[in-house]
Amino acid sequence: MVHYQARLDATFSALSDVTRRGVLEHLGAAEASITDLADKFGMTLTGMKKHVGVLEQAGLVTTEKVGRVRTCRIGSCRLEEELAWISRYRQVWDARFDALDGVIAELKQQEKARGRKK
Amino acid sequence: MVTRTFDAPARLVFEAWVRPELFRRWWVPRSLGMTLRSCDLDVRTGGEYRLVFGDDPAHAMAFFGKYLEVVPNERIVWTNEEGGEVGSITTVTFEERDGKTLLVLTERYPTKQALDEAGTGAQDAMHETFAQLDGLLVELAAA
Repeated sequence: MVHYQARLDATFSALSDVTRRGVLEHLGAAEASITDLADKFGMTLTGMKKHVGVLEQAGLVTTEKVGRVRTCRIGSCRLEEELAWISRYRQVWDARFDALDGVIAELKQQEKARGRKK
Repeated sequence: MVTRTFDAPARLVFEAWVRPELFRRWWVPRSLGMTLRSCDLDVRTGGEYRLVFGDDPAHAMAFFGKYLEVVPNERIVWTNEEGGEVGSITTVTFEERDGKTLLVLTERYPTKQALDEAGTGAQDAMHETFAQLDGLLVELAAA
């Protein structure tokens, strides 16, 4: 469980940055070199290398160096676990808030009733 | 981050969070299929809570922590300590507008140092080591 949690943390940290999400989206359509990505996102090569490094650590991207060009592709981690976790989290809160709605409606009714008795 | 608007003033929403007999009714709705054995809440700054789940006392699971900050009808901040080491910190805020209340709930993973400082009342000591799920959840859910 701890291991699973650590992996989720790595994934969510990797996805917490708008550029990194953009890179993933881009790689979802086609592979690209770090230079291509840096150009596309208007960043320095060093900056893009860092972003790709974070994505690679989380297993979201794989890279391969051929000669002087490092090509990036979508990794094997397909986010299924993350999405499953998110939807479970949402389901729990939806269920809770539906029930909370009922409890609050009851409190409101009781208050109204007390108000009428005054 | 989770948000929801309730058709009631903030004081009633807050009441449903602090009275254990009300809280247990919605925190563990039937659809979750869990049994809540006990529910102790002392909702005030420095107070503690403990929830015990499970049909069988031998395999009961406890969730516990303390309230770092409680501002009646406005916000509740608590720690989730069942995981050992540094747990997450949950903040829920209630914002009333025109008789309706917007509830916003966020979860953060602080550093151990921030947690120690928060324990001594420094409320701005929330340094995050991990990224928040804020926004991301929304984006991924929408994707």
